[in-house]
Amino acid sequence: MTDQTAGEVVTKAQRTLWGDVLRQFLQHKGGVAGSIIFLFILGAVLFGPFIHTIDPQFLDIRNKNLGPTWGHPMGTDNLGRDMLAQVLSGGRVSLAVGIAAMALSLLVGTLIGIIAGFFQKLDGPLMRTTDLFLALPILPLLLVIIMLFRDSLRSVFGPEMGIFFLIVFVIGITSWMNTARIVRGEVLAIKEREFVLAARSVGTHSWKIVARHIFPNVLSPVMVSATLGIANAIITESSLSFLGLGFPSDFPTWGRLLFDGANFMTLNPARVIWPGLAISLTVLSVNYIGDGIRDALDPRIRGR
Amino acid sequence: MRKLKTLVLATAAASCFAATAAQAERGSDGNVNIAYWQAVSILNPFLSGGTKDVEASSLVLDPLANYRPDGSMDPALAAEIPTIENGGVAADLRSITWKLKQGIVWSDGTPLKASDVVFSANYCMHPEGGCNAASNFADVESVEALDDYTVRVNFSVAKPFPYGPFVGATSPVIQEAQFKDCMGAKAPECTEANFGPIGTGPFVVDEFRANDVVTFKANQNYRDPNQPAFATAVLKGGGDSAATTRSVLETGEFDYAWNVQVEPEVLDQMMAAGKGKIIAAFGTSVERLMVQLTDVRPELGDLRGTVEGGPHPFNSDINVRKALSLAIDRDILVEVGYGPNGQVTCNVLPAPAIYASTANDACKTQDVDAANALLDEAGWVRGSDGVREKDGVRLSILFQTSTNSVRQGTQALIKQMWQAIGVETELRNIDAGVFFGGDQSSPDTFQKFFADIEMYTNNFDGTDPEAYMGNWVCSEIPSPANQWIGNNMPRYCSEEYNALSAEMGKTASIEKRAEMAKKMNDMLMQEYVMIPLIHRGRVSAASNALGNVVLNPWDSELAFAEEWTRN
Repeated sequence: MTDQTAGEVVTKAQRTLWGDVLRQFLQHKGGVAGSIIFLFILGAVLFGPFIHTIDPQFLDIRNKNLGPTWGHPMGTDNLGRDMLAQVLSGGRVSLAVGIAAMALSLLVGTLIGIIAGFFQKLDGPLMRTTDLFLALPILPLLLVIIMLFRDSLRSVFGPEMGIFFLIVFVIGITSWMNTARIVRGEVLAIKEREFVLAARSVGTHSWKIVARHIFPNVLSPVMVSATLGIANAIITESSLSFLGLGFPSDFPTWGRLLFDGANFMTLNPARVIWPGLAISLTVLSVNYIGDGIRDALDPRIRGR
Repeated sequence: MRKLKTLVLATAAASCFAATAAQAERGSDGNVNIAYWQAVSILNPFLSGGTKDVEASSLVLDPLANYRPDGSMDPALAAEIPTIENGGVAADLRSITWKLKQGIVWSDGTPLKASDVVFSANYCMHPEGGCNAASNFADVESVEALDDYTVRVNFSVAKPFPYGPFVGATSPVIQEAQFKDCMGAKAPECTEANFGPIGTGPFVVDEFRANDVVTFKANQNYRDPNQPAFATAVLKGGGDSAATTRSVLETGEFDYAWNVQVEPEVLDQMMAAGKGKIIAAFGTSVERLMVQLTDVRPELGDLRGTVEGGPHPFNSDINVRKALSLAIDRDILVEVGYGPNGQVTCNVLPAPAIYASTANDACKTQDVDAANALLDEAGWVRGSDGVREKDGVRLSILFQTSTNSVRQGTQALIKQMWQAIGVETELRNIDAGVFFGGDQSSPDTFQKFFADIEMYTNNFDGTDPEAYMGNWVCSEIPSPANQWIGNNMPRYCSEEYNALSAEMGKTASIEKRAEMAKKMNDMLMQEYVMIPLIHRGRVSAASNALGNVVLNPWDSELAFAEEWTRN
């Protein structure tokens, strides 16, 4: 980046590219609807607890199993905890876990996929490592990881943050393999294309080829796995909580609320409807956003 | 709640009455469906500690005597219960002589002999075999057949309670002809015998699918010509407690569901369908908190949770332990989690009545002010966040139990109660398979107890508390030296307690034994090394179409399935 003018040109060109992408994305109805819903959920869980100030962990036995009232818009559970407060604070955890785990798995998956696809020598070892991870039985692995690190993380970060890091790490480390495989496949196809050859012939450094030519072209499959990853992480977190490996039982997450509510479904349907709806809406909206982004990033569709 | 309980008791009483009235013909009532939410994996109770396996095999195998639902002994294969009065138990308490009923035959038609009983004892006492009923045979020196119908069990010490061997479903009589090649280390290899034992019980195994379904048919050679009333029985395993209970109470697909553990309001709703009833009986089960007395900080490495690792930073202060107990409102725990199937208790030994102490009943009322005063006095001062501390030690508790929605509810309630006295609680729940699994490589077992407080239920079979109260002597402390096997989870160690326990083993008079059991219970309670919460009923669900069914808290729930009828 010694050449000042060249740098400016690149910046300008990028701005137009992303402008195009945004314009195209706004034309994707599902994507826009998904974004609105996702932003609404995000806003609700971030700012909701400041408006609805009941402590989600406060037990009020005299008011258990209530239907919707003004004080408790979503009713209360069998220990008298307010459902709305629980759904809001559970959403914070579930979304944070989902997004952080997705980011981690995406980072690892994309990195390994690109390196494996681009550098012939590393392909074998890296893809065999990927196979190894795919072949690992997840549950024993989780048990070992949690057994080894739970207590030390707990003493450093406290019970909730410690478990948060652990869960994000565990989900991230066990879900990057598909991304890596898809990215590697794309990279293998793209690196034989003429523009890569052209870049190589003028002596561009390998890392620069990756950053400037390969990466933008694999962005759309990465985006799709990202959106699927969030959904996957939210669901994995709930199954971990179910096994007792997740957050403490009084620490609400959407998955745990759903699990706890299952027995009370006929007595108090609200207990499963609300967290279930929150999970479904989040996953669905994120999928639509991914769909919109993929279309917007694809130049063939963009021109249409 | 009270009303419901009376109702349950009334139905139980009514079915008791019916037992004497109705008498069906063998096999006249068709099929009975039984649901266990833990699947049966073996039908040899000597090789499995699982309640579900022991109970399923009690349909096929009989001991010499069973415990009746009222706690008395019922001679099954024996002609009568030996006592000192009838000469069956030697005056020096060192032997017991059982006489078999005449004319009993195995389901394959061959006669039951005293040699089968002797064989069963040798099978279990074989040094290479891991027999689960070994504690029943504690201090047994030899078992000998005096003639074809008489067996004598000789003890190495005087046994005030000689009814360990061959009493109750955990210690049945197996057939010598079938198991003679399965002694010791070869025991688990005899799959055919272990999956389809030949027995003297009311049913015989028709088909056994491990960890799934067992089908039985009536034993044509059963000793009572009119029993069992059912021609076939299906025992389905798997699912969860709420699902199996629902299949009896709400949908009526099953006739009997074992071990109901669901919230009272969910249960009420299932009962509203009117297809079945809850049967309950209060045995010896107590849901209790165990207080860890040794240090469990991870930094200690191998010394974690052992006596050598040093005392616990705050649980070792009796004032803390006492305050924790005082702060709990047990009535609320019962109301939310157990309803009519639980009672507040202040003892770990709540039954039978002669052993139940009344010295600790003060715990039934919550007293937050007293708890706070106690902690203030002991120098535990509230910090800026409301959590008490002393010399840099915060009253921050890690509280673990197994995964079950009733238990998690109880945990949350206790956490809030302890918050009121300035104690911070972190909850942890562990899958029941791991928690009770006893796997030595897992840090999460209830024996390792790497937490400050843990909660679970324990009880004992039969009516004699000697072995149960022996759980809290020093040698029962789990540690790496004994592969973490042992029942003294709090790591309580008191010379006085040890001496009492040893003395009880030598005392014959029932009044004196009761006095000692009470004293031991009071020692544990007044040291607050265990905090009892709820005296739990053993609860199962039975269809209205099933007659003569009474819950048996002292033995296998299926021990008297031969009396069941179709209404």
